[in-house]
Amino acid sequence: MEWETVIGLEVHAQLATKSKIFSSAATAYGAVPNTQACAVDLGLPGVLPVLNKEAVRMAVKFGLAIGARVSPRSVFARKNYFYPDLPKGYQISQYDLPVVAKGHLNILVDEKELTIGITRAHLEEDAGKSLHEDFHGLTGIDLNRAGTPLLEIVSEPDLRSAKEAVAYLKKLHALVRYLEICDGNMQEGSFRCDANVSIRPKGQQEFGTRAEIKNLNSFRFVEKAINYEIERQIELIEGGGKVVQETRLYDSVKDETRSMRTKEEANDYRYFPDPDLLPLEIHGDFIEEVRHTLPELPDDKRDRFKSEYGLNDYDASLLTATRELADYYEAVTKAAVGDPKLCANWVMGDLSAALNKAGLEIQDSPVSADRLAGLIQRIADNTISGKIAKQVFELLWESQDTADAIIDQQGLKQITDTGAIEAAIDKIIADNPDQLAQYRAGKDKLFGFFVGQAMKATQGKANPAQLNELLKTKLQG
Amino acid sequence: MHDKSIAELAAGLRGKAFSSRELTQSFLERIGRFNPALNAFVTVTAERALEQADAADGRIAAGQAGSLTGIPLGQKDIFCTQDIRTSCGSKMLDRFISPYDATVIERFNQAGAVMLGKLNMDEFAMGSSNETSYYGPVKNPWDTGTVPGGSSGGSASAVAARLVAGATGTDTGGSIRQPASFCGITGIKPTYGLVSRYGMIAFASSLDQGGPMARSAEDCALLLQAMAGYDERDSTSLDRPVPDYSAGLANGVEGLRIGLPKEFFGEGLDSDIARLIDQAVAEYRKLGATVKEVSLPNMHLSGPAYYVVAPAECSSNLARMDGVRFGHRCDAPKDLADLYTRSRGEGFGAEVKRRILIGTYALSAGYYDAYYLKAQKIRRLISDDFKKAFSEVDVIMGPTSPSVAFRFGEKSADPIAMYLSDIYTIAVNLAGLPGMSIPVGFSKNLPVGMQIIGDYFAEGRLLNVAHRYQQVTDWHRQVPKEFA
Repeated sequence: MEWETVIGLEVHAQLATKSKIFSSAATAYGAVPNTQACAVDLGLPGVLPVLNKEAVRMAVKFGLAIGARVSPRSVFARKNYFYPDLPKGYQISQYDLPVVAKGHLNILVDEKELTIGITRAHLEEDAGKSLHEDFHGLTGIDLNRAGTPLLEIVSEPDLRSAKEAVAYLKKLHALVRYLEICDGNMQEGSFRCDANVSIRPKGQQEFGTRAEIKNLNSFRFVEKAINYEIERQIELIEGGGKVVQETRLYDSVKDETRSMRTKEEANDYRYFPDPDLLPLEIHGDFIEEVRHTLPELPDDKRDRFKSEYGLNDYDASLLTATRELADYYEAVTKAAVGDPKLCANWVMGDLSAALNKAGLEIQDSPVSADRLAGLIQRIADNTISGKIAKQVFELLWESQDTADAIIDQQGLKQITDTGAIEAAIDKIIADNPDQLAQYRAGKDKLFGFFVGQAMKATQGKANPAQLNELLKTKLQG
Repeated sequence: MHDKSIAELAAGLRGKAFSSRELTQSFLERIGRFNPALNAFVTVTAERALEQADAADGRIAAGQAGSLTGIPLGQKDIFCTQDIRTSCGSKMLDRFISPYDATVIERFNQAGAVMLGKLNMDEFAMGSSNETSYYGPVKNPWDTGTVPGGSSGGSASAVAARLVAGATGTDTGGSIRQPASFCGITGIKPTYGLVSRYGMIAFASSLDQGGPMARSAEDCALLLQAMAGYDERDSTSLDRPVPDYSAGLANGVEGLRIGLPKEFFGEGLDSDIARLIDQAVAEYRKLGATVKEVSLPNMHLSGPAYYVVAPAECSSNLARMDGVRFGHRCDAPKDLADLYTRSRGEGFGAEVKRRILIGTYALSAGYYDAYYLKAQKIRRLISDDFKKAFSEVDVIMGPTSPSVAFRFGEKSADPIAMYLSDIYTIAVNLAGLPGMSIPVGFSKNLPVGMQIIGDYFAEGRLLNVAHRYQQVTDWHRQVPKEFA
């Protein structure tokens, strides 16, 4: 039987506010346990939550960016359950009235643009952390993270493969970073994902029973976990079994998902509106105020890159994948004055490769946009050849010098003096009479030999086009 | 000294008739003498009180005294007090020392008031007789065989026995008004949102409201002045100017339109109490007020609605008492479930457990709409009833409680009978309105209270109306003989 996969993603994006969602304690990551938790975060008797307006602003920003409706009135609700790292015994979240409803995100998969629906996005507080190591069989509780603002972004079950899921997730990741509402750090848990996965016979309308997979903290794990889960469900059903609704945990070491709890074991969260917080009312003028702070969004930027720089869809999409990369590219293009395609090739080619190899992000590139532009300029004006440029790039990477200084110091300037090139060619022809004879007898392949010899003689500095031209003439005699 | 009003005490302090230290010592002495019989205090903070008194004397000498500077008060043990145990009447918090002051405490501190100690109460404010306190029941000074009411029973008893010049209480379903009525004192539950709930340990967040309990409306006005006002730490606190409550006390009541809801005078009301309320209303007529019958047709639904909403909220509010970060923790828990079950099982008393169970049930999947949501709809109906009544009258008057103080054990075995004790008060909380209780006479030698209910933010009017009555009567000046 042919199966169709149905995936919906729930993403928790940690909002980049300075203070927590309901208290004034700091949100910075990595502090000594329990030093960034105030009385409110500790859930001491008598304390009350006060909503952080900045978190609301960020949620609205997100809503506008995905073309969603920002709810004029939303309600905070208590999600009740007991856990040691949940100080109040309930999490303040939003339930039936979220702050952001019904938006969408366009993704590009196999050169096809797909529109993925976003059901809702709501504000909530994070819990603390339970630390199981170093406590000799006991559990340590760190409440620094308790009360950190989260935006939970729930997609429609519109995704049909792990590949689409990853494309959606990457797009969402780029978007929240474009909007500067989340640092996107997946290792630190600033951007977390749960996946709801089910399968159904192709053509069937009803959804199959879904499993929710938790603990997906990298794009790679999302892909692997979903693919594992699809296989598991197919095997299960084809073997006569049934998928049960349950929460499964992805184990990245064993590359498998395993059951955490079934629906029957699930908590009854007893949601009810939090009486400590008034309904959140967002007025039109606030929404407009936030709209004015929206940056150029990834799709708009991609379209502009296509029209303004003449890039194709693929290049434009790649270069706008992150705001930092797009900014870098634009800085290179502006400084290099001209040939945006050449700039794109360098940014996506040698530079990206070097960054990948060094495990660096574009914003940490040792080669600044200005210095790369300096190099590209020298290629464009024929001072150096593309081949020599690769050498210069390596030196740019290792030093702080400009491309011009490197070209100068290393004497890499291209030879464009016809006389000098001719002299070199003459000497080679004279030194290799056999090859000359063979060439003239019709062995065209030997042309490459002469090019190689000439380049060697000029230390690669001869202008290749010029060299080809002159060599051809001279070899014909 | 102990029998003077707060205004008189303040005048005495400013006129150097006595110092705050002398005044505080005299109250501490009375506490030492009478508290063993009454059990009104959970904690007496004598040393700190004297330090505060000395500081107050300094302020008075420097001419920087306010109307509460140097006045010895008691605080209900539901308000968090930094470095002093805040037990909320529960074993769960028997050793809980708050690292911060409640806003109300902070404001009394700023005013220079002296805190004599923390007052006994029903466990987590759940009770109408003070019999649910972990620290044992408080006695009613009018008859130590009867309950003082609850949950602010310690406050009512201490004020009635003149162990404090005034006290704080909290009122979720009648917890200021009913004990005020039982102990023959004056107490006001303000409009929801007038007094900050920050640091006031939550029972039912949408109903809880702190307020003063004192001997007279005049004293309540002074205390409420210090307590009321916007607090940015409480999102449900209202940002609006606080009027000068004392300034309006002497206003006339000529033309005051009094409404008597027929639902308050039906079956179940003690005939003696009905007669005393009639007499008090007659007194107002003499002062120029007009009286008419009004109706609150949904009154009968307030009990059922209250006993869904309050337990539902408390079941969630008390979840933080889990033995993990503070409060009672069982010995040697063998795992997490054991830690939770035993810590909570040992830390909470029977009434608290009952309400947590009711509330958990009411919020459960499949029951939410039928209980919690429906109860919220009833709240709206009740508010609408009051709204309609206040389009016709200025204040509503009626009994505070259907009976006078009952005897210990009389109702503690029957929760429904106990809950009926608040039948006239809970509708006010459901609607978020201000309500007060003033003494209007005695039945069987026990005080009877009359409830006065006002429209939103009508505290000034209520205090004024109560004050005018107290100017022409002396019920509020009666002192239980044994504690004179």
